[in-house]
Amino acid sequence: MSSDTLDVVLRLLGVFVVFLVLPLAIGQTEHKVMAHMQGRLGPMYAGGFHGWAQLVADGVKFAQKEDIVPAGADRRVFQLAPAVALLPYLLVLVAIPVGPGNAVGQFVDAGIFFVLAVMGVGVLGSLMAGWASANKFSLLGGLRTAAQLLAYELPMVLTAASVAMAAGTVSLPGIVDAFHWWWVPWQIVGGIVFFTAGLAELQRPPFDMPVADSEIIFGAYTEYTGLRFAMFLLSEYAGIVVLCGLTTVLFLGGWHGPFGADGLGWLWTLLKTAVLAFVVIWLRVTYPRLREDQLQKLAWTVLIPLALAQIALTGVVKVVTQ
Amino acid sequence: MPIPGSGLAKGLAVTLRTMTRRSVTAQYPDVQPELPPRTRGVIGLFEENCTVCMLCARECPDWCIYIDSHKETVPAATPGGRERSRNVLDRFAIDFALCMYCGICIEVCPFDALFWSPEFEYAETDIHDLTHERDKLREWMWTVPEPPALDPAAEEPKEIAAARKTAEKLAAQAQEQAQAKEQEGEA
Repeated sequence: MSSDTLDVVLRLLGVFVVFLVLPLAIGQTEHKVMAHMQGRLGPMYAGGFHGWAQLVADGVKFAQKEDIVPAGADRRVFQLAPAVALLPYLLVLVAIPVGPGNAVGQFVDAGIFFVLAVMGVGVLGSLMAGWASANKFSLLGGLRTAAQLLAYELPMVLTAASVAMAAGTVSLPGIVDAFHWWWVPWQIVGGIVFFTAGLAELQRPPFDMPVADSEIIFGAYTEYTGLRFAMFLLSEYAGIVVLCGLTTVLFLGGWHGPFGADGLGWLWTLLKTAVLAFVVIWLRVTYPRLREDQLQKLAWTVLIPLALAQIALTGVVKVVTQ
Repeated sequence: MPIPGSGLAKGLAVTLRTMTRRSVTAQYPDVQPELPPRTRGVIGLFEENCTVCMLCARECPDWCIYIDSHKETVPAATPGGRERSRNVLDRFAIDFALCMYCGICIEVCPFDALFWSPEFEYAETDIHDLTHERDKLREWMWTVPEPPALDPAAEEPKEIAAARKTAEKLAAQAQEQAQAKEQEGEA
C-alpha cells in the first residue's frame, strides 16, 4: 500500500520536474536558436557561460514586479486566468507515455480524448483573461483566441481520430505499441495537419494573431504583469512540450527507434520531441504572422479537407489490409 | 510555375543557413572593434607642428576650434642679425559636442599638426566636458596609427624625394671637393 503511494508520488514528482525543466530548456533554446538564425548571439551575460541562466534572471525579474489588477477588471476571473492557462498542460503531461511498459505519469484509458479535451481548456485561460481585463485590445485578443480555437480544434481532433482508427485504440501507449515504421508515410499528412493545428492552438508564430503585438498590443495578456504574465509565457512553452510530445507519440512512433527500443526508449521520445520543438522555433523565426482572415481560410479550406482526406485514406488502407 | 510551397521551403533554408554561419554581433565592451586606420574617431593635435596660422579654426564649419596665442620675440641667431617674432600656442581646444567630424581642419592644416585617430571612447556625462584642451588632444596623438603603406609601384612621397635630392646633392658636392683636393695634391 505504502509503496503504491510512494510510486504515485514519485511519478507525479517526475512529471512536475519535467513540467518545470523542459519548457525552460525550450525557452533558452529559442533564445539562442532564434538569435543565431537572425545572425545575432542572443543572451551572453546571465550565468556567465553564453547566458545559460537568462530565463532564471527573467524569472527573478518577473517575481519582483508588482502584480496589478486593473480597476475595471473582473477581479476573480482575471486572477484565475493564468492558472487556467497553465495547469491543463501539466495535466496533459501526466498522460503522455515516454517509454514502453508503464513509463507514464498516469495511464489513462481513453488517453486521446483526455489529452485533446484538456488541451482545449488551456485556451480558455486566454479567453478568460481577454474578457476579464476590461480592455478593448484584450477583448479583441480573447475573441481571436476563441475563433482560432474553433477553427483549429477540428482538424486536430480529426487527425488524432485518424491515428486512433489506424491503431484501433484510443489509449496513447496502445497507439505507440501498435506503431510500425510505415505509419509515418501513411499518416504524414495527418501529422503535418496535427502539428500545424497544434501550433495555431498554442498561438505560436506564425499563428499568433491573438497576441499580435503590432496590432492589438499583446492581446489577452495586455493587462498582465509580474508572475501572472510569466505564467502565461510559461504556458506557451509548456504547450510546446505537450504538442511536440503528443505529435511524437501519435505520429512518430514515440519510443520506437532503429535500436535500443527497450532500454533507451524514453530517449527516443525525448529526442523526437526535441527535434519537433526545434521545428517550432524554426517556423517562428522563418515565417511572418498570418492575417486573421488568412488564418481562418487556412484552417477551413486547407487543414480540415486534408484531415478528412487523411481519415478516408486511413479507413481505406485499414479495410484493404484486413 | 514554381512548385507550391517552394517559397516556404526557401524561407526555412535561409534561416537554417544563417544559423550555421557566424553571427555578426560585435561584442564591443568585451572585444574592441578592429577599426580601419582612417577611422574618424577623434582629432589629435601634434602641437609641436602647430604655427597658430588659424587656418583650421577659420575653415571649421561649426566654429568648434578655439585657439589663443601670443607672440614672442626670438633673439637674433647670428650676431648683427634681425630679431624674429614667433607665435606661441596658449590654448588649442576642440568642442566635440559641436564637431561634425567633417575633417576639413585636418585637410586644411599646412603643417600636419592635426590627425584623425580611431579612438572613440570619450563619452562624457556633461556636454561641457566634451570641449577637450590641448593636453588631451596631444595625448590622442599617440593613438594615431601609422599611415597605410604606399602601393608597390607608387610615386615616392614628396618629402622623401626632397630629402633624397638634397642628400644626393651634398654627396656630389663632397665628392667634387675631394676630387679637387686630390688634383691639387697631384699638382
